[in-house]
Amino acid sequence: MPSLFATCREVGGIAIVDLSGRISLGEGSALLRKTIRELVEAGQTRILLNLGDVNYIDSSGIGELVSGFTAVRNRSGELKLLNLTKKVNDLLQLTKLFTVFDVYSDEGTAVRSFR
Amino acid sequence: MTPEAKHLEVVLDTHVESVNLAEEMCLRVAEAVGFSEDECYRIGMSVREGVINAFHYGNQEKPDKKIHLAVDLTTEKMTIHVMDEGKGFRLEDVPDPLAEENLLSTSGRGIFLMRTFMDEFNVVPGRTGGAEIIMTKKIPQSGNGNHGSPTAGAAPKQRA
Repeated sequence: MPSLFATCREVGGIAIVDLSGRISLGEGSALLRKTIRELVEAGQTRILLNLGDVNYIDSSGIGELVSGFTAVRNRSGELKLLNLTKKVNDLLQLTKLFTVFDVYSDEGTAVRSFR
Repeated sequence: MTPEAKHLEVVLDTHVESVNLAEEMCLRVAEAVGFSEDECYRIGMSVREGVINAFHYGNQEKPDKKIHLAVDLTTEKMTIHVMDEGKGFRLEDVPDPLAEENLLSTSGRGIFLMRTFMDEFNVVPGRTGGAEIIMTKKIPQSGNGNHGSPTAGAAPKQRA
């Protein structure tokens, strides 16, 4: 069974990626990388990652989030995070990445925050 | 009865799946010993990061090299050793992932997580030629009564 599932939808011109499972070394990180790359290549640079059902993330997954953030920003876009679980929230606090990512707990507010 | 120390050791292939296997093995031991769910999470994550380090940085993902994982249990602590067959490294040479200039780095957080999640952490030259990560977690001394028997209920898989 895949360790991570990703489905994309669009709300108000923003690509929302609903993720569930583990973002960790291997297929989880690879799927996240592929999903973001495909969105960017399709011209979508306003991306909201919904991590509400992501219950585990390791350093490889953190690296993939940062990589996606940088790739989107390099195209003058924005990548933001929505609905962090406690474990993911704690990891982002610990690694100081809360100072890098815009994080939201409400989808409507997150969508409206994009320029 | 005086509980004796236990030693478990497995040799893993340099393969992504070894990361999951090592994590599962150590989690089973940690759960059996009586660590809380949160502590098991921290131990599992640390093992994962140690093996990722061996897989990626130590063995450079070369399939002819092996990752050596050992667990030592006493009534007081669980000590995990992760050895690779690379060139070794010095802790003082590892960049600080919390430094402003490294925050957007896509790698380099594994050592930090292991240091944060475990009670003791060190890296020494390993007997397998590369680096040996040694990390320890103190075993809780009150609770459900499993603590006197370090491997009670634990049956780690010894697969390569």
